[in-house]
Amino acid sequence: MSTTVNERKSSAPNPFQPPPSAWEVRRQFNNGCLVVFATLCAILAVGVLVFLLLYVILNGIRYLNLEFFTNLPTPNGEPGGGMGPAIQGTLILVGLASLIGIPLGIFTAIYLSEFGRGLLANAVRSLVDLLTGVPTIIFGLFAWVLIVVPQQTFSGFSGGVALGIIMIPIVTRTTEDVLHLVPREQREASLALGGTEARTTFRVVIPAALSGIVTGVVLAMARVAGETAPLLMTAFGTTFRNTSIFEPMDALTLRVYNFTLSPYQTQVNQAYTGALVLILLILITSFTVRWFTGGFKRRF
Amino acid sequence: MSFTVEHLNAWYGRKQALYDVNLSFGPQSVTAMIGPSGCGKSTFVRCLNRMHEEIPDARVTGRVLVDDFDIYARSIKPRHVRQHVGMVFQQPNVLPTRSIFDNVAIGPRINGHAHGPDLRELVERSLRQAALWEEVKDQLQAPATQLSGGQQQRLCIARTLANQPQVILMDEPCSALDPISTLQIEELIDELKQTYTIVIVTHNMSQAARVADRTVFFLLGRVIEEAETSKLFSQPQKKETEDYVSGRFG
Amino acid sequence: MQQQVSVSRGRGVIGHSLDWITTRFGRKPTDLVFRAVTLLFVFVVIATVIGVAVVLVVYSWPTIKAFGLSFLTNAAFDPVHNIYGVAPAIFGTLYTSLFAMVFAIPIGLLAAIFVVDFCPRLLRTPLAFFTDLLAAIPSVIIGLFGFLLLAPWLQHTGEPWLQQHLGFLPFFQGPIQGVGILAAGMVLTIMVLPLIIAVSREVMLTVPTAQREAMLALGATRWEVIRYAVLPFSRVGILGGIILALGRALGETMAVTMVIGNQASPPSLSLFQTGYTLSSVIANQFGEATPGLFLSAVIEAGLIVFIITLITNILARWLISSMQRRGARGVHV
Repeated sequence: MSTTVNERKSSAPNPFQPPPSAWEVRRQFNNGCLVVFATLCAILAVGVLVFLLLYVILNGIRYLNLEFFTNLPTPNGEPGGGMGPAIQGTLILVGLASLIGIPLGIFTAIYLSEFGRGLLANAVRSLVDLLTGVPTIIFGLFAWVLIVVPQQTFSGFSGGVALGIIMIPIVTRTTEDVLHLVPREQREASLALGGTEARTTFRVVIPAALSGIVTGVVLAMARVAGETAPLLMTAFGTTFRNTSIFEPMDALTLRVYNFTLSPYQTQVNQAYTGALVLILLILITSFTVRWFTGGFKRRF
Repeated sequence: MSFTVEHLNAWYGRKQALYDVNLSFGPQSVTAMIGPSGCGKSTFVRCLNRMHEEIPDARVTGRVLVDDFDIYARSIKPRHVRQHVGMVFQQPNVLPTRSIFDNVAIGPRINGHAHGPDLRELVERSLRQAALWEEVKDQLQAPATQLSGGQQQRLCIARTLANQPQVILMDEPCSALDPISTLQIEELIDELKQTYTIVIVTHNMSQAARVADRTVFFLLGRVIEEAETSKLFSQPQKKETEDYVSGRFG
Repeated sequence: MQQQVSVSRGRGVIGHSLDWITTRFGRKPTDLVFRAVTLLFVFVVIATVIGVAVVLVVYSWPTIKAFGLSFLTNAAFDPVHNIYGVAPAIFGTLYTSLFAMVFAIPIGLLAAIFVVDFCPRLLRTPLAFFTDLLAAIPSVIIGLFGFLLLAPWLQHTGEPWLQQHLGFLPFFQGPIQGVGILAAGMVLTIMVLPLIIAVSREVMLTVPTAQREAMLALGATRWEVIRYAVLPFSRVGILGGIILALGRALGETMAVTMVIGNQASPPSLSLFQTGYTLSSVIANQFGEATPGLFLSAVIEAGLIVFIITLITNILARWLISSMQRRGARGVHV
């Protein structure tokens, strides 16, 4: 009995469609599990963030008004207070920190990028990198022991110093990265035309890298604006008007911390609003930075 | 075993890379794909084991028939196709964190084809087929990265063989190797063709002349000419073929 | 000499008279000043870094001398009897960080795998943005969330449920207070998760396509490609990221201080117990610290945190850089 070629072919098993053996089923199942769990975890990660943001925004927006930015906190949770001094304090502290962090950070980056060779440069880079991993409360301790304790007073000045130290490695790293991206030819051209190293750096290299440097600086400022721990023992916080940087100074983060733990509901409400303002600050700087970085990338 | 390609078209996003390719490959033979850079020969070969579609936005239409079964049929999963159509890549891509044995064994292991003593036998057989057994039999547990470039490529071939495919695709397998290793692999191909259908992409025409029974000339995504190797090189029918083969462009 | 005219630059008398500097030092005067100023700033930075370490050691010397290693085993800060110890603080730090790692590592790795392998390309940038945003949220806000929402929820719903269904395990026994190790652990997980996702994602993106293709060509499923090609190749870098995250968890202050209860509990495995961490000890005690042993004890707690995070930081960066040396793309942490 002969079968035609076609019949024989169609009754042959399709080698690309193996019957589901136990092994294949298990394989398929494992793969499916991975896809499901990975997707769930991604959703979880994003979900937590969204939930957190909504929680703060929805609770905080209720008490967001002009008084919030201008008034002092009221005693004993009486209604009508604000976080004026806290916001002002944060701005002052970030300003102080920038006075320390920006020049030190940028010049260190210039050293590492333009001059540094060999062992010393590597040592400096390693030391700066180590600084990033240190919990910020340690810098608070440092400033506390060196400034607050001898002067016998908390002060915005010590807070600014602590925050400034925190800024240094952030500014250094982002600036150095950006300086490295400037093509060597531009430096060589400037030097060949008779420019000094100083002129080359400040008139050629830094302007070319400027948007990246600004990005790094803004990011660093946003970072320290959100710090609380180092300020606990330096600026300490106050519910009065900030009068001098050599006295206790309030900050938004300190006020939020304080009010969150407060027994008065009015203060807790304001804590939400303070948190909202902080988050808005972070969001705005994040967006601006991303927009800037897009512009920066187009340069080269 | 019959291996035929019908009306194959392939795209990278909007850019079409292959235009209406129709070819067939005989069993136990070596077919070489030649042509200048960017002519589509690598793309074509990647369509034969459904690797092309792994690229985002890549698309394929047409049929590829292995024993009259279309590997692009909707009901067929790409990974089942790849167990039957193996591939050796341009750069030897051994798994660096695994031993020589594990590298060869990984295919049958994940596909559940062999375990234990069967697996060891399969690994030995594959290494012998790849002409590597004698050199590594005493160091099977050593990391695969200890091998030289040529040895690593033969390890990749052994790894493909261990999966017991019917077709072996080779995408410029010798271009990263020194001349001696290249010769070793060409000798290997000569032996392997007694068991497998081999399709080899090469930019080296003398290699095609040495190893291939038939040769296909690609240009700008189209098959210009396909013939027995010696005929294609000595009596090309199309002008483009003649120009390429005589080195007027490359 | 007097007749020589300087070409194109009117440098004047001062300019000419400083020429000897250029001849002597091989550089122009402006550059010497520039270099000097730069080096001065760098020196200040180095001095600060070393200064932090020195200050910590010097100011904790009294308690180091007084207690030595028993500082690590003494049970409390007791100003009355002048005995100081951080054993419960170390326990709290380790327990909460361990909890955070146990959850953040699998969730973070899987989320990173999603981003690298499954994510539709449109979603990639928004996802990266979200992860970075989560990492940028100040810890005091996470602490607010923990204290005002998470802890009460744990107290009224979460922990009772756990005790009811899993109370046979020692982790879920003991009095329920809302704040405690569990709340602190959960809050730390949130803080550490984006770091693990970011590093794992970066590291997995450096795996060469050729490796993935090797597995694909053998007929591997997506999971098998990840398991046999991607993960082994990137395991060193991922480990570095995990250690970096551990370092952050160990040093985290605000969020943990707000939800851990800051009260000693009798030693147990219970997740519901309150406790404190090294960082929360510093945050809570510095105000009370009288000069002398008390102050020194607070500083020594800081010194311990400093050393621990220094070690994890060095280890992590060494691991990540060894991946970079293997020729992978730069990984930015």
